[in-house]
Amino acid sequence: MSQLEHHGTYTPNTGIEKWIDARMPLPRLMYDSFVAYPVPRNLNYAYTFGGILSLMLVAQILTGVVLAMHYAASTGLAFSSVEHIMRDVNSGWLIRYMHANGASFFFIAVYLHIFRGMYYGSYKAPRELLWILGCIIYLLMMATGFMGYVLPWGQMSFWGATVITGFFTAFPVVGEPIQQLLLGGFAVDNPTLNRFFSLHYLLPFMIAGVVVLHVWALHVTGQTNPTGIEVKSKTDTVAFTPYATIKDAFAMMVFFVVFAYFVFYMPNFLGHPDNYIEANPLVTPAHIVPEWYYLPFYAILRAITFDIGPIDSKLGGVLAMFGSIAVLFVMPWLDTSKVRSAVYRPWYKLFFWIFVANAILLGWLGSKPAEGVYTTLAQIATAYYFGFFIIILPLLGLIETPRRLPNSITEAVLERNRASASSEAKD
Amino acid sequence: MKHIIATIGAAALAMTLVLPGAQAAEEEGGTVHYPLEHPHEQSWSFAGPFGTYDKAQLQRGLKIYANVCSSCHSMKRVAFRTLEDLGYSEEQVKSFAAQYEVEDGPNEDGEMFTRAALPTDHFPGPYANDAEAKMVNNGALPPDFSLIAKARAVERGFPRFIFDVFTQYNEAGPDYIYSLLTGYGEEPPAHVEVPGDLHYNPYFNAGTALAMAQPLYGEDVEYDDGTVATLDQEARDIAAFLMWAAEPHLVERKEMGFRVMIFLIVFAAFLYIAKRQVWSRVAH
Repeated sequence: MSQLEHHGTYTPNTGIEKWIDARMPLPRLMYDSFVAYPVPRNLNYAYTFGGILSLMLVAQILTGVVLAMHYAASTGLAFSSVEHIMRDVNSGWLIRYMHANGASFFFIAVYLHIFRGMYYGSYKAPRELLWILGCIIYLLMMATGFMGYVLPWGQMSFWGATVITGFFTAFPVVGEPIQQLLLGGFAVDNPTLNRFFSLHYLLPFMIAGVVVLHVWALHVTGQTNPTGIEVKSKTDTVAFTPYATIKDAFAMMVFFVVFAYFVFYMPNFLGHPDNYIEANPLVTPAHIVPEWYYLPFYAILRAITFDIGPIDSKLGGVLAMFGSIAVLFVMPWLDTSKVRSAVYRPWYKLFFWIFVANAILLGWLGSKPAEGVYTTLAQIATAYYFGFFIIILPLLGLIETPRRLPNSITEAVLERNRASASSEAKD
Repeated sequence: MKHIIATIGAAALAMTLVLPGAQAAEEEGGTVHYPLEHPHEQSWSFAGPFGTYDKAQLQRGLKIYANVCSSCHSMKRVAFRTLEDLGYSEEQVKSFAAQYEVEDGPNEDGEMFTRAALPTDHFPGPYANDAEAKMVNNGALPPDFSLIAKARAVERGFPRFIFDVFTQYNEAGPDYIYSLLTGYGEEPPAHVEVPGDLHYNPYFNAGTALAMAQPLYGEDVEYDDGTVATLDQEARDIAAFLMWAAEPHLVERKEMGFRVMIFLIVFAAFLYIAKRQVWSRVAH
């Protein structure tokens, strides 16, 4: 029984509602999508990050629009205009710190959202397209975040842009033309800043567009849930409003408490001090590091220090970095297990948590100089990253014995409640 | 849930044990990282969730900047009008600004001219341009001071940067400035080579020695409030002043932060109660 069959309970009551419903049933769409829409009754807080992410996208767009009113995209003015925002614009410091830290918290939320999807097998049939749309959003976020970091025109902005656009030169023949197109010249300069500003303003709206598709796809297949079993009957679900709405609202507020803590008390903790030095093409910083949310991929890039046949280490690193994101797209087909949720997959659960720890380790290594023991560690961690997707996922589905699955979501919920009730009775 | 927490805990523990080892191995490996010595952590009035600037200290810091530092270092992003934050009246700011000369123009004859600075002007720099600054200073460019307290935060390393989140440690910049200014005068260790025209300082973040000679010795200024101008006191005061110059809205930010946190926590508590109420209707 598809969750969709629960739809269509909207009945227009007032004259105005009937009038609109007959012409453009937008209220009906909203009602069916965000009020009557049935969600599994056993969703935990890991499932609240989708709502948090939509809120963060809106917050980033709103603060960004205000910042753009005061910002000047010109190499001579950019840094000063940001300082003007910080010092002279009313509450400018607040808007800018919200935007800069908002980007970090957007990524914190998206990483938790992705890990949740991996843990509960949300990428598996019939949700492959939903997963791929999510991967596209993530890619767009990375592009947006990278370009946004260039705009304040600090030292890390400039040198980060130089290093990252330099990746493209690793590709034979097409590499340099691509790099020149990105830069609008032969080096990071005024044309680069102008086009990055333009694209930084454009991409969030493209993200919003793909988010609509992502939510659409979600509402066709319905949510997964911690058991990984599909919804089978009406008792397996509750209405989106009030159940999911109130839970999402609470989770958002807790997320905002942490976000506000950084905005008001640690606003520069997640940034790099060198970005408070105006960009200077003649002075290279001692260590060029990207924003923290790219560090795992930066570590993978630098882990390839050896030539593989005709592929030199530079191209190999770039391919590994792009490959580490590309592999996410095919994850639904790499996982051969018939069981969706890690709750019932003891071995997958173990490898998943190693994967999470490995990703954090890669992030830390990305912030370190690429030398000595760090390179060795990064190579081991990179091997596990790819091994997880290419070897562990396909093999595990064939050899792992999953635990017994409950017959339905309702049964799983009632069983767990009985278990906790009896353990409380024992206490 | 317990399993998840236990797994995360085990992973964190494993990393805590492995990673400092890696750091130590790196240092033995011969790559030297600067600064040679970590800055000394000082206690600052503006630290912590209720931190505020000590206006008397900022005034002392301003005096050091005006009498000592400003002969080489510009502070071009700070406007005289903002000195009212330090507790000066409008009149005092006006007469302070008037001590400086700025270029203006062109006038009706098409000529540039100099005039006394107004509160709306920014601090004029000591040099006409960077090239002149370098020529005067043996090829070294004295950095602008407007943002130096935020631009010179020394990396804390694992696991300290994690604890910093909970202790709200944001004062790496002022700690660095203080340590650098009081860190001159030591004899360089035998294995450290100091180029002839540079000055050894183990707290310098970009090498073993820097172009700037020791700028403060104590009693470089006479404080108006009677505070004894020891080197330690002066270094502390200029560091605090530079923090204000870099982050003039710090106090406003922390005050607003407290109100926002209270609001969010109370609102979250209400939402939690409502959530429990709603979900009590169904087993989950």
